[in-house]
Amino acid sequence: MIGFRLQDIGRRFPAPPSEGREPRTVLDGITLDVEPGAFVAVVGPSGVGKTTLLRIIAGLDHGFEGSITWSENRRPKLGMVFQEPRLVPWLSVIDNLLLVAEPSARAEAMALLDMVELGGSENALPRQLSGGMQRRAALARALLSRPDLLLLDEPLISLDSARAERLRSRLTNFWQAHAPTILMVTHDFSEAVELSNRVIALAPESGRIATDRRIALPYPRLMTDPPVVAILDALRDLARDWPEPPPPAGDNSAQHHGTDTGARLRLLTI
Amino acid sequence: MKLTAALETPRLRPEWLRLKLPSLAALLILWQLASVLIADAVLFPSPLATLTAGYAHLVAGDLLFSLAVTLARVAVAFFFAMVIGSAIGIALGRSPAMDTFFGGWLSIALNMPALVTIVLCYVWFGLSETAAIVAVTINKAPTVAAIMREGAKALDQQLLETTQVFAVPRMRVLRRVILPQLAPSFIASARAGLALTWKIVLVVELLGRPNGVGFQIRTFFNYFDIAGILAYSLAFIIIVLAIESLIVQPIERRVGRWRHA
Repeated sequence: MIGFRLQDIGRRFPAPPSEGREPRTVLDGITLDVEPGAFVAVVGPSGVGKTTLLRIIAGLDHGFEGSITWSENRRPKLGMVFQEPRLVPWLSVIDNLLLVAEPSARAEAMALLDMVELGGSENALPRQLSGGMQRRAALARALLSRPDLLLLDEPLISLDSARAERLRSRLTNFWQAHAPTILMVTHDFSEAVELSNRVIALAPESGRIATDRRIALPYPRLMTDPPVVAILDALRDLARDWPEPPPPAGDNSAQHHGTDTGARLRLLTI
Repeated sequence: MKLTAALETPRLRPEWLRLKLPSLAALLILWQLASVLIADAVLFPSPLATLTAGYAHLVAGDLLFSLAVTLARVAVAFFFAMVIGSAIGIALGRSPAMDTFFGGWLSIALNMPALVTIVLCYVWFGLSETAAIVAVTINKAPTVAAIMREGAKALDQQLLETTQVFAVPRMRVLRRVILPQLAPSFIASARAGLALTWKIVLVVELLGRPNGVGFQIRTFFNYFDIAGILAYSLAFIIIVLAIESLIVQPIERRVGRWRHA
Protein backbone atom coordinates (compact mmCIF):
# COMPACT_ATOMS: atom_id res chain seq x y z
CA MET A 1 0.00 0.00 0.00
CA ILE A 2 1.21 3.46 -0.75
CA GLY A 3 -0.01 6.93 0.08
CA PHE A 4 1.04 10.29 -1.18
CA ARG A 5 0.99 13.99 -0.46
CA LEU A 6 0.17 16.64 -2.99
CA GLN A 7 1.71 19.94 -1.98
CA ASP A 8 0.45 23.18 -3.58
CA ILE A 9 -0.23 21.56 -6.91
CA GLY A 10 -1.05 24.11 -9.60
CA ARG A 11 -1.47 23.83 -13.34
CA ARG A 12 -1.86 26.63 -15.83
CA PHE A 13 -2.39 26.20 -19.53
CA PRO A 14 -1.66 28.86 -22.15
CA ALA A 15 -4.90 30.53 -23.16
CA PRO A 16 -6.06 30.29 -26.77
CA PRO A 17 -5.20 33.48 -28.72
CA SER A 18 -8.88 34.44 -28.83
CA GLU A 19 -9.03 34.58 -25.02
CA GLY A 20 -6.14 36.95 -24.41
CA ARG A 21 -2.71 36.30 -23.02
CA GLU A 22 -3.48 35.26 -19.45
CA PRO A 23 -2.85 31.57 -18.87
CA ARG A 24 -5.86 29.56 -17.81
CA THR A 25 -5.59 28.25 -14.26
CA VAL A 26 -6.99 24.75 -13.96
CA LEU A 27 -5.59 23.67 -10.60
CA ASP A 28 -4.40 26.01 -7.90
CA GLY A 29 -2.84 25.24 -4.53
CA ILE A 30 -4.12 21.69 -4.27
CA THR A 31 -2.76 20.20 -1.07
CA LEU A 32 -3.92 16.76 -0.17
CA ASP A 33 -2.75 13.82 1.94
CA VAL A 34 -3.97 10.47 0.69
CA GLU A 35 -3.44 7.59 3.11
CA PRO A 36 -2.27 4.19 1.91
CA GLY A 37 -5.23 2.07 0.89
CA ALA A 38 -7.68 4.96 0.67
CA PHE A 39 -10.42 5.07 -1.96
CA VAL A 40 -10.75 8.70 -2.92
CA ALA A 41 -13.36 9.98 -5.34
CA VAL A 42 -12.71 13.29 -7.11
CA VAL A 43 -15.80 15.11 -8.32
CA GLY A 44 -16.38 18.45 -9.95
CA PRO A 45 -17.83 20.03 -13.07
CA SER A 46 -16.27 19.51 -16.48
CA GLY A 47 -13.03 21.36 -17.10
CA VAL A 48 -12.25 21.82 -13.42
CA GLY A 49 -9.03 19.81 -13.67
CA LYS A 50 -9.98 16.34 -12.43
CA THR A 51 -8.32 14.54 -15.31
CA THR A 52 -5.36 16.93 -15.19
CA LEU A 53 -4.88 16.00 -11.55
CA LEU A 54 -4.84 12.29 -12.45
CA ARG A 55 -2.34 12.93 -15.27
CA ILE A 56 -0.05 14.85 -12.90
CA ILE A 57 -0.13 12.02 -10.37
CA ALA A 58 0.43 9.48 -13.17
CA GLY A 59 3.57 11.33 -14.26
CA LEU A 60 2.12 12.26 -17.65
CA ASP A 61 2.00 16.02 -17.06
CA HIS A 62 5.24 17.68 -16.11
CA GLY A 63 4.15 21.29 -16.44
CA PHE A 64 2.68 21.59 -12.97
CA GLU A 65 3.72 23.58 -9.93
CA GLY A 66 4.11 22.07 -6.48
CA SER A 67 5.30 18.64 -5.50
CA ILE A 68 4.22 15.05 -4.98
CA THR A 69 5.70 13.01 -2.15
CA TRP A 70 5.17 9.26 -1.98
CA SER A 71 4.82 7.60 1.41
CA GLU A 72 7.53 5.03 0.71
CA ASN A 73 9.90 7.40 -1.08
CA ARG A 74 9.42 5.54 -4.33
CA ARG A 75 7.11 5.88 -7.28
CA PRO A 76 4.23 3.47 -6.84
CA LYS A 77 3.28 0.81 -9.31
CA LEU A 78 0.46 2.43 -11.23
CA GLY A 79 -2.65 1.16 -12.92
CA MET A 80 -4.93 3.50 -14.80
CA VAL A 81 -8.21 3.63 -16.63
CA PHE A 82 -8.12 6.61 -18.98
CA GLN A 83 -11.10 8.49 -20.32
CA GLU A 84 -10.56 6.53 -23.54
CA PRO A 85 -10.09 2.75 -23.43
CA ARG A 86 -6.64 3.03 -25.04
CA LEU A 87 -6.45 -0.61 -26.05
CA VAL A 88 -3.79 -1.61 -28.57
CA PRO A 89 -5.85 -2.17 -31.74
CA TRP A 90 -3.80 -5.04 -33.17
CA LEU A 91 -3.69 -7.04 -29.94
CA SER A 92 -6.51 -9.28 -28.81
CA VAL A 93 -8.29 -8.42 -25.58
CA ILE A 94 -6.27 -10.99 -23.60
CA ASP A 95 -3.00 -9.77 -25.14
CA ASN A 96 -3.95 -6.21 -24.24
CA LEU A 97 -4.28 -7.31 -20.63
CA LEU A 98 -1.06 -9.32 -20.71
CA LEU A 99 0.78 -6.29 -22.09
CA VAL A 100 0.88 -4.93 -18.53
CA ALA A 101 1.60 -8.25 -16.81
CA GLU A 102 3.75 -11.33 -17.22
CA PRO A 103 2.53 -14.09 -19.54
CA SER A 104 2.10 -16.30 -16.46
CA ALA A 105 -0.76 -14.04 -15.38
CA ARG A 106 -3.00 -15.44 -18.12
CA ALA A 107 -5.31 -17.31 -15.74
CA GLU A 108 -5.70 -14.20 -13.60
CA ALA A 109 -6.37 -12.13 -16.72
CA MET A 110 -9.10 -14.56 -17.77
CA ALA A 111 -10.64 -14.33 -14.29
CA LEU A 112 -10.62 -10.53 -14.48
CA LEU A 113 -12.25 -10.66 -17.90
CA ASP A 114 -14.97 -12.80 -16.34
CA MET A 115 -15.23 -10.25 -13.54
CA VAL A 116 -15.88 -7.42 -16.00
CA GLU A 117 -18.23 -9.70 -17.94
CA LEU A 118 -16.01 -10.12 -20.97
CA GLY A 119 -15.54 -13.88 -20.65
CA GLY A 120 -15.51 -15.36 -24.15
CA SER A 121 -14.24 -12.14 -25.74
CA GLU A 122 -10.59 -12.71 -24.89
CA ASN A 123 -9.57 -13.38 -28.49
CA ALA A 124 -11.55 -10.50 -29.99
CA LEU A 125 -9.76 -7.42 -31.29
CA PRO A 126 -10.75 -4.10 -29.68
CA ARG A 127 -12.50 -2.88 -32.83
CA GLN A 128 -14.80 -5.90 -32.60
CA LEU A 129 -16.02 -4.71 -29.19
CA SER A 130 -18.50 -1.98 -28.33
CA GLY A 131 -17.31 1.15 -26.54
CA GLY A 132 -18.61 -0.13 -23.21
CA MET A 133 -16.88 -3.49 -23.68
CA GLN A 134 -13.61 -1.71 -24.46
CA ARG A 135 -13.92 0.31 -21.27
CA ARG A 136 -14.46 -2.88 -19.28
CA ALA A 137 -11.39 -4.42 -20.90
CA ALA A 138 -9.42 -1.31 -19.91
CA LEU A 139 -10.66 -1.71 -16.33
CA ALA A 140 -9.60 -5.37 -16.29
CA ARG A 141 -6.18 -4.36 -17.64
CA ALA A 142 -5.75 -1.81 -14.85
CA LEU A 143 -6.72 -4.35 -12.20
CA LEU A 144 -4.42 -7.04 -13.65
CA SER A 145 -1.41 -4.80 -13.24
CA ARG A 146 -1.84 -5.18 -9.44
CA PRO A 147 -1.10 -1.52 -8.82
CA ASP A 148 -0.18 0.18 -5.58
CA LEU A 149 -2.12 3.16 -6.88
CA LEU A 150 -5.09 2.80 -9.18
CA LEU A 151 -6.15 5.91 -11.10
CA LEU A 152 -9.63 5.68 -12.55
CA ASP A 153 -11.03 8.32 -14.88
CA GLU A 154 -14.77 7.70 -15.06
CA PRO A 155 -14.26 3.94 -15.31
CA LEU A 156 -17.92 2.98 -15.38
CA ILE A 157 -19.31 5.71 -17.60
CA SER A 158 -21.48 4.61 -20.52
CA LEU A 159 -22.22 1.21 -19.02
CA ASP A 160 -25.79 0.09 -18.66
CA SER A 161 -27.20 0.47 -15.16
CA ALA A 162 -27.41 -3.19 -14.17
CA ARG A 163 -23.89 -3.95 -15.33
CA ALA A 164 -22.50 -0.77 -13.75
CA GLU A 165 -24.10 -1.81 -10.45
CA ARG A 166 -22.47 -5.25 -10.60
CA LEU A 167 -19.09 -3.77 -11.51
CA ARG A 168 -19.28 -1.25 -8.68
CA SER A 169 -19.80 -4.08 -6.26
CA ARG A 170 -16.91 -6.10 -7.75
CA LEU A 171 -14.64 -3.07 -7.75
CA THR A 172 -15.35 -2.61 -4.04
CA ASN A 173 -14.54 -6.29 -3.45
CA PHE A 174 -11.31 -5.95 -5.41
CA TRP A 175 -10.30 -2.91 -3.41
CA GLN A 176 -11.09 -4.62 -0.10
CA ALA A 177 -9.22 -7.78 -1.14
CA HIS A 178 -6.09 -6.18 -2.61
CA ALA A 179 -6.09 -2.80 -0.86
CA PRO A 180 -4.64 -0.58 -3.57
CA THR A 181 -4.92 3.14 -3.05
CA ILE A 182 -7.56 4.35 -5.49
CA LEU A 183 -8.18 7.80 -6.92
CA MET A 184 -11.34 7.83 -9.01
CA VAL A 185 -12.65 10.73 -11.06
CA THR A 186 -16.40 10.66 -11.52
CA HIS A 187 -19.29 12.94 -12.36
CA ASP A 188 -21.67 10.65 -10.52
CA PHE A 189 -22.09 11.66 -6.85
CA SER A 190 -23.88 8.47 -5.93
CA GLU A 191 -21.07 6.40 -7.45
CA ALA A 192 -18.56 8.45 -5.47
CA VAL A 193 -20.46 7.95 -2.22
CA GLU A 194 -21.17 4.29 -2.81
CA LEU A 195 -17.55 3.37 -3.54
CA SER A 196 -15.15 5.74 -1.85
CA ASN A 197 -14.20 6.54 1.72
CA ARG A 198 -13.37 10.13 0.87
CA VAL A 199 -14.84 12.56 -1.62
CA ILE A 200 -12.87 15.54 -2.88
CA ALA A 201 -14.86 18.14 -4.81
CA LEU A 202 -12.91 20.58 -6.96
CA ALA A 203 -14.33 24.07 -7.20
CA PRO A 204 -15.01 25.55 -10.62
CA GLU A 205 -12.89 28.51 -11.76
CA SER A 206 -10.71 28.74 -8.64
CA GLY A 207 -9.15 25.34 -9.28
CA ARG A 208 -9.09 24.66 -5.54
CA ILE A 209 -10.57 22.01 -3.32
CA ALA A 210 -14.15 22.97 -2.43
CA THR A 211 -14.90 20.05 -0.15
CA ASP A 212 -12.90 17.23 1.36
CA ARG A 213 -15.40 14.84 2.89
CA ARG A 214 -14.52 11.54 4.56
CA ILE A 215 -17.10 8.78 4.47
CA ALA A 216 -16.77 6.31 7.33
CA LEU A 217 -19.73 4.15 6.43
CA PRO A 218 -19.66 0.38 6.10
CA TYR A 219 -19.95 -1.44 2.78
CA PRO A 220 -22.15 -2.22 0.96
CA ARG A 221 -23.86 1.16 1.10
CA LEU A 222 -27.50 1.61 0.35
CA MET A 223 -28.37 4.92 -1.22
CA THR A 224 -31.52 5.02 0.88
CA ASP A 225 -29.64 4.97 4.17
CA PRO A 226 -30.00 8.33 5.93
CA PRO A 227 -26.25 8.94 6.41
CA VAL A 228 -25.66 8.28 2.71
CA VAL A 229 -28.54 10.54 1.76
CA ALA A 230 -27.14 13.28 4.01
CA ILE A 231 -23.77 13.16 2.26
CA LEU A 232 -25.43 13.19 -1.14
CA ASP A 233 -27.54 16.17 -0.08
CA ALA A 234 -24.42 18.05 1.01
CA LEU A 235 -22.75 17.36 -2.31
CA ARG A 236 -25.88 18.37 -4.17
CA ASP A 237 -25.95 21.69 -2.30
CA LEU A 238 -22.36 22.25 -3.25
CA ALA A 239 -23.06 21.55 -6.90
CA ARG A 240 -25.87 24.08 -7.02
CA ASP A 241 -23.37 26.85 -7.80
CA TRP A 242 -21.56 24.92 -10.47
CA PRO A 243 -21.77 26.37 -13.97
CA GLU A 244 -22.72 22.98 -15.24
CA PRO A 245 -24.65 20.73 -12.87
CA PRO A 246 -23.45 17.15 -12.64
CA PRO A 247 -25.42 14.69 -14.74
CA PRO A 248 -28.26 13.00 -12.92
CA ALA A 249 -27.53 9.56 -11.53
CA GLY A 250 -29.44 8.42 -14.64
CA ASP A 251 -28.71 5.19 -16.44
CA ASN A 252 -25.83 3.98 -14.42
CA SER A 253 -27.05 4.73 -10.95
CA ALA A 254 -30.70 5.69 -10.68
CA GLN A 255 -31.93 2.14 -10.78
CA HIS A 256 -29.41 0.48 -8.56
CA HIS A 257 -29.83 2.36 -5.34
CA GLY A 258 -32.26 0.12 -3.54
CA THR A 259 -35.87 -0.33 -4.41
CA ASP A 260 -37.27 2.80 -2.89
CA THR A 261 -38.85 4.80 -5.68
CA GLY A 262 -38.64 7.97 -3.61
CA ALA A 263 -34.92 7.51 -3.20
CA ARG A 264 -34.51 7.02 -6.95
CA LEU A 265 -36.37 10.21 -7.75
CA ARG A 266 -34.34 12.02 -5.13
CA LEU A 267 -31.09 10.91 -6.76
CA LEU A 268 -32.26 11.90 -10.20
CA THR A 269 -32.53 15.48 -9.01
CA ILE A 270 -28.87 15.72 -7.93
CA MET B 1 -15.46 -24.05 -49.90
CA LYS B 2 -12.59 -25.28 -52.04
CA LEU B 3 -13.71 -23.15 -54.96
CA THR B 4 -13.90 -20.08 -52.73
CA ALA B 5 -10.42 -20.72 -51.38
CA ALA B 6 -9.07 -21.16 -54.90
CA LEU B 7 -10.61 -17.91 -56.07
CA GLU B 8 -8.92 -16.08 -53.20
CA THR B 9 -5.41 -17.05 -54.33
CA PRO B 10 -3.78 -14.20 -56.26
CA ARG B 11 -3.25 -16.17 -59.47
CA LEU B 12 -6.89 -16.93 -60.07
CA ARG B 13 -8.49 -13.68 -59.00
CA PRO B 14 -10.92 -12.44 -61.67
CA GLU B 15 -9.02 -9.15 -62.16
CA TRP B 16 -5.94 -11.19 -62.98
CA LEU B 17 -7.77 -13.04 -65.71
CA ARG B 18 -9.63 -9.98 -66.96
CA LEU B 19 -6.93 -7.33 -66.78
CA LYS B 20 -3.43 -8.30 -65.77
CA LEU B 21 -2.84 -11.19 -68.17
CA PRO B 22 -4.27 -9.24 -71.13
CA SER B 23 -2.14 -6.26 -70.06
CA LEU B 24 0.99 -8.41 -70.13
CA ALA B 25 -0.01 -9.87 -73.48
CA ALA B 26 -0.61 -6.35 -74.88
CA LEU B 27 2.88 -5.28 -73.78
CA LEU B 28 4.45 -8.26 -75.55
CA ILE B 29 2.40 -7.59 -78.70
CA LEU B 30 3.46 -3.92 -78.69
CA TRP B 31 7.09 -4.96 -78.26
CA GLN B 32 6.75 -7.43 -81.13
CA LEU B 33 5.05 -4.83 -83.35
CA ALA B 34 7.75 -2.26 -82.60
CA SER B 35 10.47 -4.75 -83.49
CA VAL B 36 8.69 -5.56 -86.76
CA LEU B 37 8.30 -1.87 -87.60
CA ILE B 38 11.88 -0.97 -86.70
CA ALA B 39 13.02 -4.08 -88.55
CA ASP B 40 16.50 -4.07 -87.09
CA ALA B 41 17.14 -7.24 -85.08
CA VAL B 42 20.33 -5.82 -83.55
CA LEU B 43 18.99 -2.39 -82.55
CA PHE B 44 15.58 -3.56 -81.35
CA PRO B 45 15.34 -7.31 -80.84
CA SER B 46 11.93 -8.97 -80.72
CA PRO B 47 10.63 -10.66 -77.54
CA LEU B 48 11.47 -14.03 -79.01
CA ALA B 49 15.03 -12.96 -79.87
CA THR B 50 15.43 -11.60 -76.35
CA LEU B 51 14.17 -14.84 -74.82
CA THR B 52 16.49 -16.82 -77.07
CA ALA B 53 19.45 -14.69 -75.97
CA GLY B 54 18.40 -15.06 -72.33
CA TYR B 55 18.17 -18.84 -72.72
CA ALA B 56 21.65 -18.94 -74.26
CA HIS B 57 23.11 -16.99 -71.33
CA LEU B 58 21.21 -19.21 -68.92
CA VAL B 59 22.66 -22.35 -70.46
CA ALA B 60 26.13 -20.81 -70.59
CA GLY B 61 25.85 -20.11 -66.83
CA ASP B 62 26.82 -16.44 -66.85
CA LEU B 63 23.26 -15.21 -66.35
CA LEU B 64 22.69 -17.10 -63.09
CA PHE B 65 26.17 -16.24 -61.80
CA SER B 66 25.73 -12.53 -62.55
CA LEU B 67 22.26 -12.51 -61.02
CA ALA B 68 23.56 -14.22 -57.88
CA VAL B 69 26.45 -11.76 -57.51
CA THR B 70 24.20 -8.75 -58.01
CA LEU B 71 21.50 -10.10 -55.68
CA ALA B 72 24.11 -10.69 -53.00
CA ARG B 73 25.22 -7.04 -53.28
CA VAL B 74 21.59 -5.92 -53.24
CA ALA B 75 20.90 -8.01 -50.12
CA VAL B 76 23.90 -6.72 -48.16
CA ALA B 77 23.39 -3.06 -49.15
CA PHE B 78 19.64 -3.36 -48.57
CA PHE B 79 20.24 -4.77 -45.08
CA PHE B 80 22.61 -1.98 -44.07
CA ALA B 81 20.44 0.71 -45.64
CA MET B 82 17.34 -0.54 -43.82
CA VAL B 83 19.09 -0.85 -40.44
CA ILE B 84 20.93 2.47 -40.61
CA GLY B 85 18.07 4.35 -42.30
CA SER B 86 15.50 3.01 -39.82
CA ALA B 87 17.63 3.94 -36.81
CA ILE B 88 18.16 7.48 -38.12
CA GLY B 89 14.52 7.88 -39.17
CA ILE B 90 13.13 6.68 -35.82
CA ALA B 91 15.54 8.93 -33.91
CA LEU B 92 14.53 11.97 -35.98
CA GLY B 93 10.83 11.10 -35.73
CA ARG B 94 10.92 10.76 -31.95
CA SER B 95 13.11 13.79 -31.16
CA PRO B 96 11.96 17.16 -32.49
CA ALA B 97 15.33 18.67 -31.55
CA MET B 98 17.25 16.07 -33.55
CA ASP B 99 14.81 16.47 -36.41
CA THR B 100 15.37 20.22 -36.45
CA PHE B 101 19.15 19.84 -36.26
CA PHE B 102 19.61 16.94 -38.69
CA GLY B 103 16.58 17.46 -40.93
CA GLY B 104 18.59 19.66 -43.30
CA TRP B 105 21.33 17.05 -43.53
CA LEU B 106 18.75 14.47 -44.48
CA SER B 107 17.39 16.75 -47.21
CA ILE B 108 20.90 17.15 -48.63
CA ALA B 109 21.46 13.38 -48.53
CA LEU B 110 18.11 12.79 -50.25
CA ASN B 111 19.03 15.15 -53.07
CA MET B 112 22.61 13.97 -53.54
CA PRO B 113 22.88 12.41 -57.04
CA ALA B 114 23.60 8.67 -56.78
CA LEU B 115 26.37 8.97 -59.34
CA VAL B 116 28.26 11.50 -57.20
CA THR B 117 28.17 9.22 -54.15
CA ILE B 118 29.29 6.23 -56.21
CA VAL B 119 32.18 8.07 -57.81
CA LEU B 120 33.28 9.55 -54.47
CA CYS B 121 33.16 6.14 -52.75
CA TYR B 122 35.27 4.59 -55.52
CA VAL B 123 37.74 7.48 -55.24
CA TRP B 124 37.94 7.31 -51.45
CA PHE B 125 37.79 3.53 -50.91
CA GLY B 126 39.13 2.25 -54.24
CA LEU B 127 37.34 0.00 -56.70
CA SER B 128 36.43 -2.46 -53.97
CA GLU B 129 33.43 -4.40 -52.74
CA THR B 130 33.33 -2.23 -49.63
CA ALA B 131 33.13 0.92 -51.73
CA ALA B 132 30.28 -0.57 -53.76
CA ILE B 133 28.26 -1.55 -50.68
CA VAL B 134 28.93 1.77 -48.93
CA ALA B 135 27.90 3.70 -52.03
CA VAL B 136 24.60 1.84 -52.36
CA THR B 137 23.90 2.11 -48.63
CA ILE B 138 24.57 5.86 -48.59
CA ASN B 139 22.25 6.30 -51.55
CA LYS B 140 19.43 4.24 -50.11
CA ALA B 141 19.56 4.96 -46.35
CA PRO B 142 18.23 8.57 -46.59
CA THR B 143 15.07 7.38 -48.36
CA VAL B 144 14.49 4.78 -45.64
CA ALA B 145 15.19 7.40 -42.96
CA ALA B 146 12.71 9.86 -44.48
CA ILE B 147 9.92 7.29 -44.63
CA MET B 148 10.64 5.90 -41.16
CA ARG B 149 10.79 9.43 -39.72
CA GLU B 150 7.21 10.06 -40.80
CA GLY B 151 6.16 6.70 -39.36
CA ALA B 152 7.85 7.46 -36.04
CA LYS B 153 6.21 10.89 -35.90
CA ALA B 154 2.81 9.26 -36.31
CA LEU B 155 3.21 6.85 -33.36
CA ASP B 156 0.10 6.81 -31.18
CA GLN B 157 0.98 9.00 -28.19
CA GLN B 158 -1.92 7.71 -26.13
CA LEU B 159 -0.69 4.14 -26.42
CA LEU B 160 2.83 5.21 -25.49
CA GLU B 161 1.47 7.10 -22.46
CA THR B 162 -0.46 4.02 -21.44
CA THR B 163 2.63 1.80 -21.53
CA GLN B 164 4.50 4.49 -19.60
CA VAL B 165 1.89 4.58 -16.83
CA PHE B 166 1.86 0.79 -16.54
CA ALA B 167 5.68 0.71 -16.66
CA VAL B 168 5.61 -1.88 -19.43
CA PRO B 169 9.17 -3.17 -20.08
CA ARG B 170 10.85 -1.35 -22.96
CA MET B 171 11.45 -4.40 -25.08
CA ARG B 172 7.78 -5.38 -24.80
CA VAL B 173 6.71 -1.86 -25.75
CA LEU B 174 9.02 -1.99 -28.74
CA ARG B 175 7.85 -5.43 -29.86
CA ARG B 176 4.12 -5.14 -29.20
CA VAL B 177 3.33 -1.43 -29.52
CA ILE B 178 6.00 0.46 -31.47
CA LEU B 179 7.17 -1.97 -34.15
CA PRO B 180 3.64 -2.90 -35.27
CA GLN B 181 2.97 0.81 -35.80
CA LEU B 182 6.20 1.22 -37.72
CA ALA B 183 5.63 -1.89 -39.83
CA PRO B 184 3.73 -0.10 -42.63
CA SER B 185 6.51 2.51 -42.92
CA PHE B 186 9.12 -0.23 -42.78
CA ILE B 187 7.43 -2.15 -45.57
CA ALA B 188 6.92 1.01 -47.64
CA SER B 189 10.61 1.87 -47.29
CA ALA B 190 11.62 -1.73 -48.01
CA ARG B 191 9.50 -1.78 -51.14
CA ALA B 192 10.84 1.57 -52.35
CA GLY B 193 14.26 0.43 -51.22
CA LEU B 194 14.36 -2.76 -53.21
CA ALA B 195 13.51 -1.02 -56.45
CA LEU B 196 16.02 1.75 -55.81
CA THR B 197 18.79 -0.48 -54.45
CA TRP B 198 19.01 -2.81 -57.38
CA LYS B 199 19.07 0.08 -59.83
CA ILE B 200 21.94 1.72 -57.92
CA VAL B 201 23.76 -1.62 -57.61
CA LEU B 202 23.70 -1.94 -61.41
CA VAL B 203 25.26 1.51 -61.78
CA VAL B 204 27.87 0.67 -59.13
CA GLU B 205 28.71 -2.56 -60.96
CA LEU B 206 28.79 -0.82 -64.30
CA LEU B 207 31.27 1.75 -63.03
CA GLY B 208 33.62 -0.32 -60.99
CA ARG B 209 33.01 -4.03 -60.44
CA PRO B 210 34.36 -7.00 -62.42
CA ASN B 211 31.13 -9.02 -62.23
CA GLY B 212 27.38 -8.79 -61.73
CA VAL B 213 24.49 -7.76 -63.95
CA GLY B 214 25.74 -4.16 -64.23
CA PHE B 215 29.15 -5.34 -65.35
CA GLN B 216 27.55 -7.66 -67.95
CA ILE B 217 25.38 -4.84 -69.28
CA ARG B 218 28.49 -2.70 -69.77
CA THR B 219 30.08 -5.59 -71.65
CA PHE B 220 26.98 -5.98 -73.83
CA PHE B 221 27.04 -2.23 -74.43
CA ASN B 222 30.64 -2.45 -75.61
CA TYR B 223 29.65 -5.20 -78.08
CA PHE B 224 26.36 -3.50 -78.99
CA ASP B 225 24.48 -6.61 -77.80
CA ILE B 226 21.01 -5.15 -77.18
CA ALA B 227 19.40 -8.58 -76.89
CA GLY B 228 21.80 -9.43 -74.08
CA ILE B 229 21.01 -6.15 -72.28
CA LEU B 230 17.27 -6.77 -72.56
CA ALA B 231 17.59 -10.43 -71.56
CA TYR B 232 19.55 -9.59 -68.41
CA SER B 233 17.19 -6.74 -67.56
CA LEU B 234 14.17 -8.97 -68.04
CA ALA B 235 15.65 -11.71 -65.85
CA PHE B 236 16.39 -9.22 -63.09
CA ILE B 237 12.96 -7.60 -63.29
CA ILE B 238 11.35 -11.03 -62.97
CA ILE B 239 13.40 -11.79 -59.86
CA VAL B 240 12.65 -8.43 -58.22
CA LEU B 241 8.93 -8.83 -58.95
CA ALA B 242 9.07 -12.35 -57.51
CA ILE B 243 10.68 -11.01 -54.32
CA GLU B 244 8.00 -8.31 -54.17
CA SER B 245 5.06 -10.69 -54.60
CA LEU B 246 6.41 -13.69 -52.72
CA ILE B 247 8.07 -11.95 -49.76
CA VAL B 248 7.14 -8.27 -49.41
CA GLN B 249 3.42 -8.46 -50.19
CA PRO B 250 2.70 -11.47 -47.93
CA ILE B 251 4.48 -9.70 -45.06
CA GLU B 252 2.47 -6.55 -45.79
CA ARG B 253 -0.77 -8.54 -45.74
CA ARG B 254 0.25 -10.22 -42.52
CA VAL B 255 1.03 -7.04 -40.59
CA GLY B 256 -2.16 -5.36 -41.83
CA ARG B 257 -4.40 -8.33 -41.09
CA TRP B 258 -5.82 -6.88 -37.86
CA ARG B 259 -7.30 -3.93 -39.79
CA HIS B 260 -9.59 -6.25 -41.71
CA ALA B 261 -10.63 -8.48 -38.81
